[in-house]
Amino acid sequence: MLITCPYCGPRDVIEFTYQGDGNRERPDPASQNFEAWNAYVYDRLNPAGDHNEIWQHSGGCRAHLRVVRNTLTHEILSVAFVRGDHAPATRRKAEDKA
Amino acid sequence: MAEYSAFSLLANALKGNKDWKPAWRKPDPKASYDVIIIGGGGHGLATAYYLAKEHGITNVAVLEKGWLGSGNVGRNTTAVRSNYLLPANTRFYEHSMKLWEGLSHELNYNVMFSQRGCLNLAHTPAQFDDYARRGNAMRHLGVDAELMTPAQIKRLIPALDISDSARFPVIGGLMQRRAGTARHDAVAWGYARGADRRGVDIIENCEVTGFLRDGDRVTGVSTSRGDIRAKKVAVAVAGSTGRVMQLAGIETMPIESHVLQAFVTESLKPFIDTVVTFGMGHFYMSQSDKGGLVYGGDIDGYNSYAQRGNLPIVDEVMSEMLALFPGLARVRMLRSWGGVCDMSMDGSPIITTGPLPGMYLNCGWCYGGFKATPASGWTFAWTIAKDEPHDFNAPFTLDRFYRGLVIDDKGQGANPRLH
Ligand SMILES: Cc1cc2nc3c(=O)[nH]c(=O)nc-3n(C[C@H](O)[C@H](O)[C@H](O)COP(=O)(O)OP(=O)(O)OC[C@H]3O[C@@H](n4cnc5c(N)ncnc54)[C@H](O)[C@@H]3O)c2cc1C
Ligand SMILES: [Zn+2]
Repeated sequence: MLITCPYCGPRDVIEFTYQGDGNRERPDPASQNFEAWNAYVYDRLNPAGDHNEIWQHSGGCRAHLRVVRNTLTHEILSVAFVRGDHAPATRRKAEDKA
Repeated sequence: MAEYSAFSLLANALKGNKDWKPAWRKPDPKASYDVIIIGGGGHGLATAYYLAKEHGITNVAVLEKGWLGSGNVGRNTTAVRSNYLLPANTRFYEHSMKLWEGLSHELNYNVMFSQRGCLNLAHTPAQFDDYARRGNAMRHLGVDAELMTPAQIKRLIPALDISDSARFPVIGGLMQRRAGTARHDAVAWGYARGADRRGVDIIENCEVTGFLRDGDRVTGVSTSRGDIRAKKVAVAVAGSTGRVMQLAGIETMPIESHVLQAFVTESLKPFIDTVVTFGMGHFYMSQSDKGGLVYGGDIDGYNSYAQRGNLPIVDEVMSEMLALFPGLARVRMLRSWGGVCDMSMDGSPIITTGPLPGMYLNCGWCYGGFKATPASGWTFAWTIAKDEPHDFNAPFTLDRFYRGLVIDDKGQGANPRLH
């Protein structure tokens, strides 16, 4: 399986770490809505077909990627940075860190 | 009267083996049943068998979309053990072990249950302490466990590299001698025959494509062979749980489907007569009765319904094998395959009434449910017959995740790819 990182190009899947279901939404940290927290922690869509998921290019630029992948064929349909058009941390200007 | 006996084997051998009855009939589905079980894997078949035998409920159909044994029951690496840490798991799997110990006799079907032992290797002092803790927890509940020294381990498995120069030195191990292996297909066939002879209809090539509903209540199923009504509908479809529950309108579950691969080598002379597991990664191996080494490791680690794996895990499993057994470097691998596992959020199964009225659910077996087959069927049959759990499966509810009562033997949190 090859994943085309928008920063590094096509790389073997061994360079990536699966971070799971990309459909989940983390509730506001101050929220006391237990149902929302339970859903976030435990509930999964688990479709047989196209799946929206998060991968980290941990053996490369380390960016988090939103990947749409078919769980029946392993075909990768799209890859994008999780944080919209933000470039990976390695390219951020030094003053951003201050 | 036993169908397989020394006498029947001899008589049939002399007559050219032409008079054996089929192990199960091929009935057409009836319009309705007391209980429909979706999934003709080991768990579904065992459930049907115990429903008939223990509870006298025989108006039962098992619906299987393929042929019997085409799912995980025929794909697993056959290891059977009850060496868990948490009491809910230990009690449940030990009940299973006791059923295994009498299973060939009970079914009059040789499931080739072989108590050759299961040894977990420790490679660090912390890991050895952890195994001591687990062994004590097991013994506390009456399950056998013993710690072994490297010298004892070397005598048991001469081919294992226990030298100081090994990549991961072996400093000890935890052995369960009553653990072992069983012939997985025979388990499915034995339960199928036992259920069939008690009146259960086993219907192959019959895929469930939807649920019949009366309001919230499930009243039957639509299938590729027509609608079938039932008072109770039980789901035991292992890796297909997500898909089948979506047919019932349940969009999310505390389950992810992941693929697990397994491998077998060419036949060797007797090489290892126990099940051994590697403590520094995830690798386990035993030798089949035909002589092939049967082994596997981690799941591929991302959602998959593909029933085939990818190369990185092949590479990883082979390198772990060689770290333990350098002498196997030139042995050829004969076959590899994959099965889809229903990984739960805490690594433990779900055997429960619901989630809809009229429905019963058996799932979340991760990659370790073969050993559970007898107890899974036994407790699920109890739950279906009585509409309440037995003590053995009472902790394995669906709502445990939302009530803070997870059963996380590995302590990995809600992260299916790590269980
Ligand atoms: C490679 C591998 C190695 C393993 N090794 C071990 C091991 O060493 N020890 C151990 O304890 N466990 C092991 N396991 C896990 C174990 O095999 C499973 O947990 C267990 O077999 C699952 O229960 P089952 O037998 O009923 O599932 P299955 O045999 O998968 O049965 C489910 C059945 O449901 C059917 N089905 C699905 N959808 C539908 C539908 N819509 N309509 C009708 N039928 C349907 C499927 O065709 C299938 O036959 C392993 C699994 C794999 C994949
Ligand atoms: Zn990258």
